[in-house]
Amino acid sequence: MKPVPPPAAPRRTAVLEARDVTVRYGRQVVLDGVSLTVEPGRVTGLAGPSGCGKSTLARVLALMLRPSGGAVTVDGTAVRRWRQRAPRGLRTAVALLYQQPRLAVDPRLTLTEIIAEPLAAAGRADRGRVAALAAEAGLTGDLLGRRPHEVSDGQLQRACVARALSLEPRYLVCDEMTTMLDASTQAHLVAVVEAYRERSGAGVLAVSHDDALLVRWAHHRVRLGDPGDAAGPSDHADPGK
Amino acid sequence: MTAAAPPPPPTPPSPSSDPVSAASPPSAKAPPSRPRRNPRSASRRPVRAAAAALAVLGLAVLLVPPLAQLDQQLVELRSAGLPPSLEHPLGTDQVGRDVLLRSVYGLRVSFLVGLVAALASMVIGGLVGLVAGSLGGTPDRLLMRLVDGFTSVPHLLLGIFIVALFSPSPAAVVVSVGVTHWTTAARIVRSEVLSLRARPFVEAAISGGAGRGRVVRRHLLPHLAPHLLLATVLMVPHAVWHETALSFLGLGLPPHLASLGNMINDGQRSLLAGDWWSSLVPGLFILVPTLALGVLAQHWRDRLTPRLRSELFQ
Repeated sequence: MKPVPPPAAPRRTAVLEARDVTVRYGRQVVLDGVSLTVEPGRVTGLAGPSGCGKSTLARVLALMLRPSGGAVTVDGTAVRRWRQRAPRGLRTAVALLYQQPRLAVDPRLTLTEIIAEPLAAAGRADRGRVAALAAEAGLTGDLLGRRPHEVSDGQLQRACVARALSLEPRYLVCDEMTTMLDASTQAHLVAVVEAYRERSGAGVLAVSHDDALLVRWAHHRVRLGDPGDAAGPSDHADPGK
Repeated sequence: MTAAAPPPPPTPPSPSSDPVSAASPPSAKAPPSRPRRNPRSASRRPVRAAAAALAVLGLAVLLVPPLAQLDQQLVELRSAGLPPSLEHPLGTDQVGRDVLLRSVYGLRVSFLVGLVAALASMVIGGLVGLVAGSLGGTPDRLLMRLVDGFTSVPHLLLGIFIVALFSPSPAAVVVSVGVTHWTTAARIVRSEVLSLRARPFVEAAISGGAGRGRVVRRHLLPHLAPHLLLATVLMVPHAVWHETALSFLGLGLPPHLASLGNMINDGQRSLLAGDWWSSLVPGLFILVPTLALGVLAQHWRDRLTPRLRSELFQ
């Protein structure tokens, strides 16, 4: 899959932006003054060795983790509250896809219920829409009545993608979305996300330690430094690739 | 005293005697004597015995009182202190009341009070744990210090204090046990909520726009329910023991009411006169269902845990 040429340069304010974000877990500094911008309609690749804070940055950008310093803005709106306290509109504007679909779904629910969750939370549950989303993500109808332990990781991740797309987010944060999956499922899921990006003009942050995937998928890549490295990311600063 | 006591007398013919004769096997049968063919079925034997004992006791408690229509205030001094006989399968107490019949009544009252008290403590503890776990921060710290405060007071002492504020009645016992025993549930629920909140699927729900109420209703409570259910089941015998202890001290249920604690209290006075049955029988009525519930609860926990584990780490 070749990177699709990005649309015309967007307005500067309509971006998902992290500025000088610092995150500490106790005394351990995980992110130190990191800045990153995700532009609508483009795929931003976030690379880096394991443990360098990629997932932490992804969670900060999805408003699921409050940084100890720095600022996050979503399309010009500064984020002041995080997680449950963040305004619904901001939370749902950025969708997060996890590395391990097994942990990212409630084991008690069926795939239909999993996909329908954000719609139901928004008060507009709609079986037809759920079926359409499932089909878009490549799930056949017979799988929808099953529970997570009755389907494979790949099928579960498809359900997670369908769930993430259900509220038409303006930004998609894919945190190692395809790492646990086989090559064909990986290609298909990336294609699903790409189709959504082209249709809606959403911005995508592709987090992966797999540089080969990011070279093919992302329009531009950002490399997060080694753990403890105070330097922020810089474009194409990875000599290894 | 029940643990060292001899087994109940030989099976009498009266139909209402089923509870005791069928209830004693769980403790007696526990070490299986026959060679084991299938370890699975052997491990299930105590569970089956416990379920059977509870079923028989439950049926007795449900069916005997409506059939017997016992007047709890009626005494018959002519047949006072009789040993087990055909007419009174497990003897009579000092004022001529049938020990077996009263034990069934006592079991009904004690378990009803125990169940309501256990539910009350679970509701209080569940709410405190849920609030502490989901809010975190200062409310969490305050509530947990409250829990510590309640735990630091011996709960029988606190229970006695609370009961002393009311006149002896089932409601007083329920309040006393409920107010002193919610701390366990609060701790269980809080730690479970904390662990659930850190799991990605709850984060995914929040990210998908679910509000606080929806997260609690849809993702926390269904996962807490088995733990709460188990804690309630385990709390019932404990609450019964407390009811018994309070009644034994003369603070629990009114003396005319046939509760197991009242009966043991009455019975111990005539123990030296050779009247062992009027305190042993109610003692067994406490011991057997307690053991049976314990065996069943452990079985459920064993069944629950591997399933959860396989769901988590597949």
